[in-house]
Amino acid sequence: MMSRTVYVCCGTGCLANNSMDVYKQLKKLAQKYEADVEVKTIVKATGCNGLCEKGPLVKIQPDNICYSKVKPDDAEEIVKRTLMNGEIIDRLLIYDTALKRRVISHKDTDFYKCQMKIALRNIGEIDPANIDEYMERGGYKALRKALFQMTPQDVISEIERSGLRGRGGGGFPTGVKWRQCSKFQNFPKYVICNGDEGDPGAFMDRSIMEGDPNTVIEGMTICAYSINSNRGFIYIRDEYSLALNNMNNALNQARERGLLGKNILNSGFDFDIEIVRGGGAFVCGESTALMQSIEGNVGEPRAKYIRSVEKGLWGQPTVLNNVETWANIPEIIMKGSDWFCSIGTENSKGTKVFSLVGKVKNTGLVEIPMGTTLRELVYKIGGGIIGDKKFKAVQTGGPSGGCIAEDLLDLPVDFDSLKEAGSMMGSGGIIVMDERTCMIDVARYYLSFLSEESCGKCVACREGIKRMLEILTDICDGKGIEEDLELLESLCHTVEEASLCGLGKTAPNPVLTTLKHFRNEYYAHIIEKRCPAGVCPELTAYEIDKKLCKSCGLCAKNCPASAILGKRGEAYSINTQLCIKCGNCIDSCRFNAVKVKKEVGK
Amino acid sequence: MRTLFEKYPKEKRYTLSILQDLQKQYGYIPKDKLIELSQYMGIPLSRLYSMATFYKALSLKPKGKYIIKVCDGTACHIRSSKTILDEIENTLGIKPGETTDDGKFSLETVNCLGSCAIAPVMVINNKYYGKLTSSMVREILKEYGGADDE
Repeated sequence: MMSRTVYVCCGTGCLANNSMDVYKQLKKLAQKYEADVEVKTIVKATGCNGLCEKGPLVKIQPDNICYSKVKPDDAEEIVKRTLMNGEIIDRLLIYDTALKRRVISHKDTDFYKCQMKIALRNIGEIDPANIDEYMERGGYKALRKALFQMTPQDVISEIERSGLRGRGGGGFPTGVKWRQCSKFQNFPKYVICNGDEGDPGAFMDRSIMEGDPNTVIEGMTICAYSINSNRGFIYIRDEYSLALNNMNNALNQARERGLLGKNILNSGFDFDIEIVRGGGAFVCGESTALMQSIEGNVGEPRAKYIRSVEKGLWGQPTVLNNVETWANIPEIIMKGSDWFCSIGTENSKGTKVFSLVGKVKNTGLVEIPMGTTLRELVYKIGGGIIGDKKFKAVQTGGPSGGCIAEDLLDLPVDFDSLKEAGSMMGSGGIIVMDERTCMIDVARYYLSFLSEESCGKCVACREGIKRMLEILTDICDGKGIEEDLELLESLCHTVEEASLCGLGKTAPNPVLTTLKHFRNEYYAHIIEKRCPAGVCPELTAYEIDKKLCKSCGLCAKNCPASAILGKRGEAYSINTQLCIKCGNCIDSCRFNAVKVKKEVGK
Repeated sequence: MRTLFEKYPKEKRYTLSILQDLQKQYGYIPKDKLIELSQYMGIPLSRLYSMATFYKALSLKPKGKYIIKVCDGTACHIRSSKTILDEIENTLGIKPGETTDDGKFSLETVNCLGSCAIAPVMVINNKYYGKLTSSMVREILKEYGGADDE
């Protein structure tokens, strides 16, 4: 009797593409047909596989087949042909653009081949709702090892030697943090997991909490043992309903197995974890604001003259780490710091999970060794730019990060190199931008985000960001003057200097980096009064190149304002009076015939 | 009402959780409930008000039957989420944060739904719509009975 297991990806990306219907349909049909044939099929829902672009993904083991973009209607064919007869359905295989052919397993694509999974090691491979599957893959062995073969000091030394740095953005050495906290003999102590992921375009923490919640619990418990804490909190955004569910379920299962609670594994050590739901405020991702929020206050950061390891939650010694950091801990304890040290660059060890999004072909979550170049990330793993347009920049580090231009594409990505380039690692969002992205608009976008999310405690951040936003809005509207740039720079430095927390201190980054790398675009807006990317409506006009137009009519079909006129056989033209400058025509034209005008007639 | 409060121990740190539960039950936080909570917990009303206005998940205004959340995360933004938002604003005649007069639709922008692969995205009462264009938005809103007069 042949047994096959079907894994249906049920991460948020695939769920949004109806993967739950695919899952239900497969389950139903598998049961229906099993009566006739001897096939034992288990249909499982798993966490995110990373390749969200091609979702919903369905994997079939042991054949190692991966189907992409599966619809509920495909379920019948999958059950009949693949599950019952082991046939491969060609049309559902992933088409690899680099290899120019369809591949059977998703692991054959460049997207997966260049990756190395540590934090994401179990995601997509296990059912997150079942703790046994985590344990089958070596889960909770690290906790056992720590509790019975290592002293708390051993654990801390191992993490210290591994060189692991906080994955939430700051990059503070994790082992050092634990060491400091272990020295304070002031009880109770707390362990916190920061799952208040707020950077737009970053979703690795959610994916870990959804797809492998037990690794976070195990990591936190190991830390609690090493610093002698008995109580932990996981702070999760309330919007992350699936993550909340799966984490809650995992906590219950861990308690049932004696892996959490009183007298863990009969070691005499007690530790339990509670979930706190976030209230949807970006600033609560900042550690001191997050602690305020757990205490039941408005989440405002405080000055850090005294660090949280000494006086954190309720004034007690506290270790706070980010979800991805926790996910690394069990592997380091199991495989040792030497193994972890062998991965990555000199000062940034291990791997980092990035969410590769924007104008890139393969959007999704990727985990790569530190030191991989941006070029590899964008072109090899990401498969290049959508529509093979011209690359312009990548933005890293969320709203606090910066934009990196083309000349730095060969930069190896790690904590220090990104900082040198004026950006930062942040939580790991990599947003790819092409020639159709206006950098002034991007800077304005981040400032409007930050001005809304500033808690208002520091005047420089509250007022400074607003004023910068006004200036940038003026520039985008064509009302900019040359002196604006100098004023912007000086405001940037004030906000940087006079804000308490990371939000304000790094808020000017998007402006400073675009001013540095894309000053010409600012001049184009201010002096020539045009937006080279064709984004800012006031400074944009489109035209159709008559020589390139094949009169297919696609642009006219996609124009929401019915501003494009023409008939087959003749070149189309744009009525600038009616045009609302949405850019649909540029993006839909397959012959590059629609262009942004060099001069904008007034 | 008491039962909703009494689910939690009478400790300050559960205030946010109770407010979130109120939000879930009513779709917003009614004024009388806020006053009741203040008396129950012994926390000044002003502090509860400041929490209710600080946290984005909480609202003091009632929401419509259909809540439209347009993602304006970075990935959606550079894939023209502004056009999507404009289309909805024009069709329904409301701006983000507002509700239509008939109480049918509320429009909100959110910072990231983590579904960047299918950007630009919007969500109507937990149903996701991805890779949107303006004409798709028009069709979808029609399904929900928005702007029939066109």
